[in-house]
Amino acid sequence: MAGPIDQFVIVPLVEDISIAGYDLSFTNSSLWMVIAAVTSIGFLTYAMKHKSLVPGRFQMFSEMIYQFVAGMIRENIGNKGREYFPLVFTIFMFVLMGNMLGMLPYSFTYTSHIIVTATLAAFLFALIFIVGIARHGAHFFSLFVPPGVPPIMMILIVPLEVISFIVRPITLSVRLFANMMAGHIVLKVFAGFSVALASLNLGGAQYIASLVPAFFNVALFALEFLVAFLQAYVFTLLTCIYLKDTVEIHH
Amino acid sequence: MELEAAKLIGAALALLPIAGVGIGLGMIFSSYNEAVGRNPSSAEILEKKFLLTFALTEALAIFALVIAFMIMFS
Repeated sequence: MAGPIDQFVIVPLVEDISIAGYDLSFTNSSLWMVIAAVTSIGFLTYAMKHKSLVPGRFQMFSEMIYQFVAGMIRENIGNKGREYFPLVFTIFMFVLMGNMLGMLPYSFTYTSHIIVTATLAAFLFALIFIVGIARHGAHFFSLFVPPGVPPIMMILIVPLEVISFIVRPITLSVRLFANMMAGHIVLKVFAGFSVALASLNLGGAQYIASLVPAFFNVALFALEFLVAFLQAYVFTLLTCIYLKDTVEIHH
Repeated sequence: MELEAAKLIGAALALLPIAGVGIGLGMIFSSYNEAVGRNPSSAEILEKKFLLTFALTEALAIFALVIAFMIMFS
């Protein structure tokens, strides 16, 4: 019987692709990333093909996603944040599709691997740093000096602000990866309880008893769908909050 | 002490932070419900903040769970 963490094993599907000494095999993780990208692009393209004033089901749904992300940017970055819309929308769709496709049986959740989320977070922070320096110059570093703090306290506050800036990409990536991984492990552990109960010898009662963890699993699946959406939302929302630093800096 | 026993004890100890997360989640839920009860029209504004704080707090419990799994399965 497969253990609860065997679902995260990465299997190369097309082997022996190496460029400059790096192993770039096409794995099941890459396959599901391609599926997520193709599904989201295909859905949005199909939904907006017949643009009508009275939207149909698909157009309504894609407009709902658009307005959700646009509203998030407007509230957290402001009107200047419109230039980040393509980036934030892409990240939201990528993470959301990863979490949701991972809920399908026999699929692979690429967001449950820290390398995927850490790459996303590292890319975001490189972007924030480069755009911030290019736009504000040395003034960007006033991010670490909060206003209204007495000079003597700066010795304590400035290192804390620097540390909290450096820790941001780590917490951003670990939050998403840990939530997805722990959720999927819990689902598989409860499914395993059901199998273990059914294999006991209780004179027929074991089949009724094994239904109890199965019903629990249904409730956990509902919770996992909530968590899948919520983590995509939180990832995008924190991205917006961090991108705000590149747009305006307090004086 | 045997290694297997020490692993199980360590994994159980790593789950202790969930007690604090439980208290925190209870405070979040109670204050959200109280605020909505006092002013029902504020539910829409508060809902997003509620979801964000809920996810941030719940993440701590998940971190503890991951540490426990790492101790158990490594």
